[in-house]
Parts: sequence; C-alpha cells; structure tokens
Amino acid sequence: MRPITPFLWTLFGAGGTIAALLFPVHLVLSGLAFPLGALEAPSYDVLYGLVRHPVTRLYLLVVITLPLFHWAHRFRYTLYDVLQLKHLYRLIAVLCYSAALLGSAVAAYTVWRIP
Amino acid sequence: MSPGTQYTPYHPKWYRRRMSVWWWLQNRSYVYFVLRELTSVFVGLCALLLLWHLRALVQGPEAHAHFLAQMRRPFFVGLNGVGLLFILFHTITWFNLTPKAMVVRLGGKRVPDWTIAGLNYVAWVLLSVAVAVVLLRG
Repeated sequence: MRPITPFLWTLFGAGGTIAALLFPVHLVLSGLAFPLGALEAPSYDVLYGLVRHPVTRLYLLVVITLPLFHWAHRFRYTLYDVLQLKHLYRLIAVLCYSAALLGSAVAAYTVWRIP
Repeated sequence: MSPGTQYTPYHPKWYRRRMSVWWWLQNRSYVYFVLRELTSVFVGLCALLLLWHLRALVQGPEAHAHFLAQMRRPFFVGLNGVGLLFILFHTITWFNLTPKAMVVRLGGKRVPDWTIAGLNYVAWVLLSVAVAVVLLRG
C-alpha cells in the first residue's frame, strides 16, 4: 500500500475537486429540476447527440471515474476512524479501491462502446 | 536489580479505554468532521447516478424513459435532495480547505487564502453555468 499512497492521494484530490465543481449542477438539474418538472428536460435525441461527441465522452469518463476514487480513499479512512475498523486495514483498502476500479471499468467500457 | 528478579514471558496488556462507535457525537466539531467525511458516500452515489444515466442513454429510448421514471419516484427525489445537501457541504469545505493544502507564492509573497478559495468559487459558478447552458440548449 505504502508506495502507491501518494498516487491514491492524488486521485482523491483530483476526484474531490471534480466533484466539488461539477456535481452540484448535475445533481440539481438531472436529479431534481428535470424530474420535478421545474425545468424542461432535454429530449433523448439531444442528450444522445451530446453523449456521442468525443469531448463529452472524455468529460463523462473523467467526471465518473475520478470521484469514484475520491470516494474510495475517503470512505476507507471513514471506516478506519469512525467505525474503528483499523484491524481490517487491508481488506477495507482492497474492497474500496476494487469497487472504484470496477465502476471505472464499466464507465470506460460504456463510453468506449457508444455507437 | 536484585538477582532474584523474575520476568514474565508475556507482554503486558496495554491499557486502552473502550470507545463507542458513536464517539463523534460528544462534540460538535467531531460531528462536523464525520458529516464532512460522509460526503464521500454521496460523491460516490452521484458518480453512479451519472453512470446509470449514461448507460440508460446508450441502451436506447425505452431504457432512458425508464431511468427518468425512476428519478421521479419519491425515493430518488429524496435521495437526490439529501445528496445535494451533502455535495454542497463537500464543495464548500473542499474550496475552503484548498488554500490550506495548496500554498501559492507570487513574487515571494503568499497569495492570501481568500483569493485561492475565491478563485475556486468563481470556477464553480462558471463551470455550472457552462454545464447548464449545454444541457438546456442542447
């Protein structure tokens, strides 16, 4: 674990910044304003056209994967400190980063396979 | 030391006070700390929400309509509402901590904390507007 800690911390920092900057607007629009009808939601064709664009694909990949690693790193330490699970150090680390890797792999595959 | 000293082969047990899992409820700043740490759960959920939306889009109009119907259910509206509060808490604490984690010097002088935090807030507003414009105008 020790040699890759700086790398994991960088992912945590980058993911935290991405989430801080972009998640509020995405959550307000797609999670609340569109479903509640406060704003008119873009049609399927408009969204699909957006998603096919290479820049949007890269954007989505970054916006999904980095915050997942932010979660993995921070949640790992939450489990250690708040629930006092220090004795499960290795298991928790492996589970958290594996979950983030799995999510990132699904995201990368999905973005790659967009027709 | 007397020659008759005897040593026990066992390591003495450390004295450790047992701590409840709820230790952080004793103090307001501990509660603040734990709530801030828990924002990561909602950051993760929001990433999964984006991934779910993307997959529904790629799978076709029916899958996407199903996704939108799910989002209208009270469960997800509530989850997104609570999630937004936690995400905003993350954003604000993250921006306010940036100057502590990143010391910038210009011309030998340290750039004041409020400038660095302020630039973060400006970037936040600009990016939010950009995303909203792209989504609303198509």
